[in-house]
Amino acid sequence: MSVAPPLLAVEGLTKSYGGIHAVRGVSFSLRAGEILALIGPNGAGKSTCFDMLNGQNKPDTGHVRLLGEEITGRKPREVWRLGVGRTFQITATFATMTVRENVQVALISHARQLYNLWGSAPKFDRGEAGRLLELVGMGGYADRPCGELAYGDLKRLELAVALANQPKLLLMDEPTAGMAPRERVDLMRLTAGIAREKSIGVLFTEHDMDVVFEHADRIIVLNRGALIAEGSPAEVRGNPQVQAVYLGEGLVYDARHREGTSA
Amino acid sequence: MAFYVVQFLTGLASAASLFLVASGLSIIFGVTRIVNFAHGAFYMIGAYIAFTLTERLSGAFGFWGSIVLAALAVALIGVIVEMVLLRRIYHAPELFQLLATFGLTLMVEDLVVLIWGPDDLVGRRAPGFKGAIDFFGQNIPSYDLFLIVLGPVVLGILWLLFQRTRWGVLVRAATQDRDMVAALGVNQKWLFTSVFAVGVFLAALGGALQIPRDAVHHAMDLRIIVEVFVVVVIGGLGSIVGAFVAAVLVSELNAFGILIFPKISIILVFLVMAVVLIVRPWGLFGKPEAAARKTPGLTVNPWRPLTSNERLAALAALVVAATLPLFAGNYALTVGSEIAVFVIFAVSLHFLMSVGGLASFGHAAYFGLGAYGIAFLAKMAGLPMIVCLLLGPLLGCMGAAVFGFFAVQLSGVYFAMLTLAFAQIVWSIAFQWVSVTGGDNGILGLWPSSWAASPSHFYWLALGVAALVTIALRAMVFSPFGYALRATRDSLLRSEAIGIDAKRIQWTAFVIAGTTAGIGGALFAYLKGSVFPDNLGISLSVDALVMVLLGGVETVSGAVIGAIVYKALNIWLVSQTDLSKLVLGGFIVLIVVVFPKGIVGMLEMLVQRRRKSSPPGSPLLAKPIESAE
Repeated sequence: MSVAPPLLAVEGLTKSYGGIHAVRGVSFSLRAGEILALIGPNGAGKSTCFDMLNGQNKPDTGHVRLLGEEITGRKPREVWRLGVGRTFQITATFATMTVRENVQVALISHARQLYNLWGSAPKFDRGEAGRLLELVGMGGYADRPCGELAYGDLKRLELAVALANQPKLLLMDEPTAGMAPRERVDLMRLTAGIAREKSIGVLFTEHDMDVVFEHADRIIVLNRGALIAEGSPAEVRGNPQVQAVYLGEGLVYDARHREGTSA
Repeated sequence: MAFYVVQFLTGLASAASLFLVASGLSIIFGVTRIVNFAHGAFYMIGAYIAFTLTERLSGAFGFWGSIVLAALAVALIGVIVEMVLLRRIYHAPELFQLLATFGLTLMVEDLVVLIWGPDDLVGRRAPGFKGAIDFFGQNIPSYDLFLIVLGPVVLGILWLLFQRTRWGVLVRAATQDRDMVAALGVNQKWLFTSVFAVGVFLAALGGALQIPRDAVHHAMDLRIIVEVFVVVVIGGLGSIVGAFVAAVLVSELNAFGILIFPKISIILVFLVMAVVLIVRPWGLFGKPEAAARKTPGLTVNPWRPLTSNERLAALAALVVAATLPLFAGNYALTVGSEIAVFVIFAVSLHFLMSVGGLASFGHAAYFGLGAYGIAFLAKMAGLPMIVCLLLGPLLGCMGAAVFGFFAVQLSGVYFAMLTLAFAQIVWSIAFQWVSVTGGDNGILGLWPSSWAASPSHFYWLALGVAALVTIALRAMVFSPFGYALRATRDSLLRSEAIGIDAKRIQWTAFVIAGTTAGIGGALFAYLKGSVFPDNLGISLSVDALVMVLLGGVETVSGAVIGAIVYKALNIWLVSQTDLSKLVLGGFIVLIVVVFPKGIVGMLEMLVQRRRKSSPPGSPLLAKPIESAE
């Protein structure tokens, strides 16, 4: 019996910097429409792991597959073309362009019109740009210079940009970092709503446990580069190992770290 | 064999001065992040002052005292420059700093001629090092041996200074993270000033020590600064050991290059630099450049296409310009044609620089290639003018395609330096390959066909082409490609994350800009009736930068206004005064400090202020550039 491949399949991902094993043999998978949280204490390897999924960083070994297709080590722009949108821990937007223009650039790229020297970019797919901005609640900001936006609005703009190529998968690295508590809840509720409606898989890293437990369908826990737990929010919350490394973060991690270096 | 050893030693001796100047530049860059174009000027003043002092003070003590005294005097000048000028522009974009210090260089060139006259000055021999030492039948000047020893000694002293003194620790810390050093309560103002003084002292010392070897003249600044750029780029900006190794490397390449490839000795060094930059963009001993600082004025007025009223106004201006032949004489028409040509040149650089964020310091290369393209086609192939005009710019296009491919691999200061180096390569070829290019004598006798020969006809041709080029490039700014190009300028990370091949987009822009510049150069060749290596020289590249800056680097069409004002002013100045460089240099410095937004930027700001008395959330626009904390 042949089973359709999962949206995202990660297998034995490993990355070392010098003698430090940042990520060690991480494997997990993600279904379409599923919201998966990747959590772990600082230095657990979340961002390294994340960057290897869309080609910002190359793994030493291991595979990343999107709907069964190998995407390991592909360039970020190629991964995007396959339908993977991404937002960054520290927002990356086009600061001198307006909010609408930010979205239009993504639409132009999606339509493969990047080398069109003669068309009118200001008129390029204004309708779709407007819809995307409305979707993330930024409709009223379309003509504002992006450099003027508050941080929370930048995060929402990034989401609109990430949605421009009708992605199958969204990678969100700490989507709510640096936001006010109220904004965090709003943004994740918005993301979850869009993901479920359009059946987009979402993988996100997050430090705010309220956000994680409220919105994630499933959680994977990373500690010192290795996957130590996986399951529903309830399961992960009850996992003693997770409690040890995560909830008792500072002390426990410190003790283990020393142990590790002396070994 | 002995001959090669002597050649090697001569190279080492030349390396000493080069190292002194380059280490000074490197130290200044490391801490203040300013690429000090005026460093060559300080080197030159050091030589001139040392010359005067050694003529006045006699004896060994007088000579060596003069050398040190000259360097100290120039360091004092450096302190004044730092406090009066640089403190105002530490937070300006890199480009502005390069331009301001270039303006200083221009001023110094005229001042030096004013004070010491235009002739070469031959200084005294160094007491105690007047003779030569015999080496298997070859003579080695003993002064060269002194310099060979001096280089490593200075390196050692600098090493001790940076490793063993509190000041040195602060300088190293500030090189890594100056904001952090400021946060720790260090008075940055004085740290910057002292670093600048030390850097300038080294430059001036390098100049002063050259007196016994070389004549002092008023063009030595540009020659050394280009070599010094090469040295710090090869060695790595901010690394003193790198400066030493690269100074030796470059000097030896020069010493042996003349023996092996007498025709392309200049090119050899630049080729090595290009290779180093491509393999290790941050130099042999440098560290990768940290992400560019956020510069004030990043939140610009959003760009928009002209409204229909504005289009009518632009059309009206064009019509008025087209009526010039009805009332103006031939001289005015020639000036008008020249201005039109420079509008083309300026808008082409503007496209690369403002839209693409790639500030080329060697844009004249493509302008000049277009001009030489015409010369080859018209003189050698004997093609008619219209064919030449269509094909000539292709040489600029090809040059841009080759050099641009490498240049866009880099960004920021390194991009600027690599484009400068490429322009110098092209210049060297034009200068040295006499059999093809005529060398310094250029290629003469390029006259337009009869349909464009009269001043009024040529003026209309130049005006028409300038209008077409401006319209086409403006349309490109608002084309999907233009948006993609702006995207790569604003955020490489985000561009790549939405499927944009940033390097390819930038390369395309480079080729477009190079081809357009080539069109300007082609017209220029016909306007002047000749081409010279100067048509691709540094000063022409800088002219283009100033035009863009003067018009407003953050505007869409500032370059047009900038070119008209700058070129008209330039032509008028040259006809009015012998000190045009002094005035021009002062003018450049003034723009950078007082009008960093340029003419059109200022106008836009005024219009916007009138439109809404309190612009919401755009304090950056109104805020002048701050001085260093």
